[in-house]
Amino acid sequence: MSKQQPTQFINPETPGYVGFANLPNQVHRKSVKKGFEFTLMVVGESGLGKSTLINSLFLTDLYPERIIPGAAEKIERTVQIEASTVEIEERGVKLRLTVVDTPGYGDAINCRDCFKTIISYIDEQFERYLHDESGLNRRHIVDNRVHCCFYFISPFGHGLKPLDVAFMKAIHNKVNIVPVIAKADTLTLKERERLKKRILDEIEEHNIKIYHLPDAESDEDEDFKEQTRLLKASIPFSVVGSNQLIEAKGKKVRGRLYPWGVVEVENPEHNDFLKLRTMLITHMQDLQEVTQDLHYENFRSERLKRGGRKVENEDMNKDQILLEKEAELRRMQEMIARMQAQMQLQMQGGDGDGSVHGHHV
Amino acid sequence: MSKGLPETRTDAAMSELVPEPRPKPVVPMKPVSINANLLGYIGIDTIIEQMRKKTMKTGFDFNIMVVGQSGLGKSTLVNTLFKSQVSRKSSSWNREEKIPKTVEIKAVGHVIEEGGVKMKLTVIDTPGFGDQINNENCWEPIEKYINEQYEKFLKEEVNIARKKRIPDTRVHCCLYFISPTGHSLRPLDLEFMKHLSKVVNIIPVIAKADTMTLEEKSEFKQRVRKELEVHGIEFYPQKEFDEDLEDKTENDKIRQESMPFAVVGSDKEYQVNGKRVLGRKTPWGIIEVENLHHCEFALLRDFVIRTHLQDLKEVTHNIHYETYRAKRLNDNGGLPPVSVDTEGSHDSNP
Repeated sequence: MSKQQPTQFINPETPGYVGFANLPNQVHRKSVKKGFEFTLMVVGESGLGKSTLINSLFLTDLYPERIIPGAAEKIERTVQIEASTVEIEERGVKLRLTVVDTPGYGDAINCRDCFKTIISYIDEQFERYLHDESGLNRRHIVDNRVHCCFYFISPFGHGLKPLDVAFMKAIHNKVNIVPVIAKADTLTLKERERLKKRILDEIEEHNIKIYHLPDAESDEDEDFKEQTRLLKASIPFSVVGSNQLIEAKGKKVRGRLYPWGVVEVENPEHNDFLKLRTMLITHMQDLQEVTQDLHYENFRSERLKRGGRKVENEDMNKDQILLEKEAELRRMQEMIARMQAQMQLQMQGGDGDGSVHGHHV
Repeated sequence: MSKGLPETRTDAAMSELVPEPRPKPVVPMKPVSINANLLGYIGIDTIIEQMRKKTMKTGFDFNIMVVGQSGLGKSTLVNTLFKSQVSRKSSSWNREEKIPKTVEIKAVGHVIEEGGVKMKLTVIDTPGFGDQINNENCWEPIEKYINEQYEKFLKEEVNIARKKRIPDTRVHCCLYFISPTGHSLRPLDLEFMKHLSKVVNIIPVIAKADTMTLEEKSEFKQRVRKELEVHGIEFYPQKEFDEDLEDKTENDKIRQESMPFAVVGSDKEYQVNGKRVLGRKTPWGIIEVENLHHCEFALLRDFVIRTHLQDLKEVTHNIHYETYRAKRLNDNGGLPPVSVDTEGSHDSNP
């Protein structure tokens, strides 16, 4: 041990230091270089402030030339899916955010088929990922799966509407649902508390699985634990969105100006906007993980069980199977009939002259 | 012609006067009668006072219906309008009520008195309207109810021994609550108003208007007005029923500027600037229900109660009810077949 090792790989302070504690930094640097992808779906009736909220959350204008259709056009329209992607960069970290909007949801007089389009969109993204994952070139798989769905609940009702319950039950096994109470400035504080409690009760009553924030690890600091506790206690978040700057108390804030006062978007006493944003940002990674580990795996196992056949509809599948089985049966029966006929002929041929029918041998 | 008093002696000439609005006389007009010797004040105009006294004694009926999705503040608004707990949720309001699976019609009656005048007010609520996943034809129970009231009245009217004062359960006014989305009307709103504006007086109202800023409110109102016009929906006050120029100008102003009224309701009082006002208290301010800068509740109240109450009843009786009656009589080829004495009728069954 008289020869010294080259000094570059030894940390002079801690002998025996290997250096793999550096790994997280390497991962971090790689992720930063690669950038993040996140797909957020927003669902809710028209006029609940979804677009305004998205623009406020990401401080951008995702819908520059928007024409709001009148009621007559809405009668004809079915639910559409509109995805807009925006690249946001902050301190060198790139986020490729896709917002999937669902205009037409809840507008029609008969909303029975409202969510078929949405569910097939979600399934399509899973299908595509499954296909890419099973393919040969897996280097650049684009992840368009929906990581999170903001479901907008109207503040005007007394809780969840039948449509809300039906929709959430239909997608709670496919996507992380974050319920959001829109246009919260309609409600007084007492009304807000009552509505939140009512919604939570109804969610439990109908066994709807919404996204649950993971508890803070025991080794996190107190502030983070407290923040997580506050966030968990405020679900569903009641938010107000705005991108207009209003003068209030001497400074410019984002808010809404009413004759009786100013509602500040970023004031935690006025609404839960900051909480929603914090939750989304700090748990973006977790939302992606849950989508991958839970919802996608669910989809994948269901899909592979069904056996590789691309099926449109469960009912059609059963009918198809029935038809095929019937066709097989008929073929079998024909074969048997032919065999019987042949056997008869052979028998008659062997018998020879005795039979009346045998003259066409 | 424009002098005023013609020289002729017959009453028929009165109707041939130039049809310009007659100025209200400051002094009693000299009467025109066959007996030209009568001079001085007769006292015909005291009939107004007599009518007033009669109305005060008998009181009158008013039936108002509220239609809209659950949670738009219908019951609160009606309570605020009549400053008493008159809605279906007055007695035992359980906020945990479930949405009914079909549209129900619930009528609650109260007698309110003010200044010696008694009003028998009936509030007809329609819980379940527009709340289901499939709302097709959810207006049908409502249309049926309205027609049933007309039918009831018709039956009483054609009775030979009919009551002195037929109880009036016909719907005089229907407040339709529009959700304040800020975008436009919903398809259900259009369908409902298209079907029902022909049978009842509809007054569209923008509910929970404290959701919108002033600009959003005026934009939304404009868009709603335009949509209603484009689809030919005649809400009350209907253009075709304006009786004279005075009515027309007054109603035009209401139709084109104020309606639909953007309202806020509340039954709680707060202290503002030393006064107790009805309002809603939020962390950013108190919304005063009767403050015209905050919302148009006062306009709605004045419109429905203070200026157009009688007119609502008259249009219901003279127009909507008459339309129903004519249709019924036509359909049956004559008088309705119930409670008619065959000897006394003109077109009895042969």
